[in-house]
Amino acid sequence: MTLIRSVAKYGALAVGAALVLLPLVWMVTASISPEASIVRYPPSLIPGGFTTEHYAEVWRRIPFARQLLNTVIFAGGVTAVSLVLDSLAAYALARLDFPGKNAVFALILLLLMIPPQVTLVPLFQLLSDLGWINTYQGLIVPRATNAFGIFFLRQFFMTIPLSLGEAARIDGASEFGIYRRIILPLSGPALLTLGLFHFMYNWNDLLWPLVFTTDTDMQTLPAGLALFMGQHVIEYGLLMAGAVLTLLPMVSAFLLVQRRFVEGIATTGLR
Amino acid sequence: MSLKAETAEPRPARLRGTLTARTRRTITAYAFLAPTLVVAAVFMVWPMIRSLIDSFYEKSIGPGEFTGLSNYTQLLKDEAFLGALRNTVFYAIVATPLSVGFALGFALLLNGRVRGRGFFRSALFIPAVLSLGVVAIAWSFLLDPDIGLVTYWLRSIGVPAGNGVRDPSLAMWYVIGVGVWKNTGFYMVMYLAGLQTIPRTFYEAAVIDGAGPWQRFRRVTWPLLSNTTAFVFIIAAIAALQVFDQVFVMTRGGPHFATESLVYLVYRKGFQDFEFGYASAIAWVLVIVVFALSLAQNVFFSRRAVRY
Repeated sequence: MTLIRSVAKYGALAVGAALVLLPLVWMVTASISPEASIVRYPPSLIPGGFTTEHYAEVWRRIPFARQLLNTVIFAGGVTAVSLVLDSLAAYALARLDFPGKNAVFALILLLLMIPPQVTLVPLFQLLSDLGWINTYQGLIVPRATNAFGIFFLRQFFMTIPLSLGEAARIDGASEFGIYRRIILPLSGPALLTLGLFHFMYNWNDLLWPLVFTTDTDMQTLPAGLALFMGQHVIEYGLLMAGAVLTLLPMVSAFLLVQRRFVEGIATTGLR
Repeated sequence: MSLKAETAEPRPARLRGTLTARTRRTITAYAFLAPTLVVAAVFMVWPMIRSLIDSFYEKSIGPGEFTGLSNYTQLLKDEAFLGALRNTVFYAIVATPLSVGFALGFALLLNGRVRGRGFFRSALFIPAVLSLGVVAIAWSFLLDPDIGLVTYWLRSIGVPAGNGVRDPSLAMWYVIGVGVWKNTGFYMVMYLAGLQTIPRTFYEAAVIDGAGPWQRFRRVTWPLLSNTTAFVFIIAAIAALQVFDQVFVMTRGGPHFATESLVYLVYRKGFQDFEFGYASAIAWVLVIVVFALSLAQNVFFSRRAVRY
């Protein structure tokens, strides 16, 4: 009875893990296989040969290097700016008392509940009017603040004892000084977790760069690869090499700081 | 007395004198909030209002014409919209319980003593950190009717794989499968966190009372997880209603619009046909559906929330 149960248990886990890892394994296989062996019949997970040509070729096509740079600037830019704005707003909401505080907080919660796709059409018109389509500022600035980030940091800032701020205030510190020298240094782990989430979300995003960039040289990798696929369906090896390189930073980050990802989700449950 | 001293000195003194401490604190607080409020007003709140206004206009590039509720009445007769609404609701109704159910199952399996726990947890979770748009490229090859590995495997075990992602009656199921692939691990981690909050002593007491594994699940685990379940269900359903990435990559809404979702239709109407007014009306239907759903689920689950 216990034997049957443990066979069933490990069987279910093994099947689940295998199905989840299948597309990732296949991606790597296809990216190192000669094109002819990818399209052979019957198909197989085992590479039918070995080549590095797809990895060499991908930099010359797509424009992969340029789109990689775009992805780094977009995801890194949103992360950096949003951490500053989120933490400033969260500081006011968590540690200052002022009229209109509840209204501002209610607005943040409302923005949290709105499906973001609703603003795409008017944002496209607004960015067009500003001449910001196909620009980094067009990709980054509308995401310079984030309701989830403010909410997340507010919760964290509220756990820091108020007495820490009071002591500094008596010593003549300004509010900005307290934010900069006391609260931020104590919030390292929370800022790191949030930064990781911001970076991951924007690195992976498809719809946003798809809408706000029309020029191949301004696209990020997910949008660039998806559109390249639409035009050159048959170049499997090349596309899979590009896909592997695009996913690699996230896989490495995940393996390095896995606990932060998992705890971040477990404690906040958002995104 | 020099001019410089006159203008520089008394003014700050007067400011300090007239402003109360409370006013100064308010100014400080809004200085902290100002960048966020400006960005939110210009790039979030205003576009939302403009989207609502636009939804009452017949509008493309250029000013457009006020047509009242015409966009909305047109929606009710538009086969493209009704199809997208049906597809989206179907996707949400199937994908939500599937991904939440698998998530709960795997969380229960991984909660006890399991060899390789860390490996299984990471393996199952990893899709949550990966770009769905990028992995969907691999899935569309795996599900290709001619050279796809998964379609080949399905056929060899006797499951009709049809014409793969190009099969009108099956494409939606593949889109659902990829959505479940992406989200199960994420919800599993939330369930694992929920399971951690149940005290061991409850299970010990249940064993003493002679409860078997099923009864321990039914009487202890499931009711004590109801808050987690409510939360996971809401975010899973809301995420499902916004399905786009794998649709864009795998099917472009086809074949014959069989997988076109609401967000995909907003994208197509807005950025391929440039019907800004009509696309805005569709987007507002999505807002209303998402709101209604989160409200309904909140009411339903809050009535049944369990505390011990």
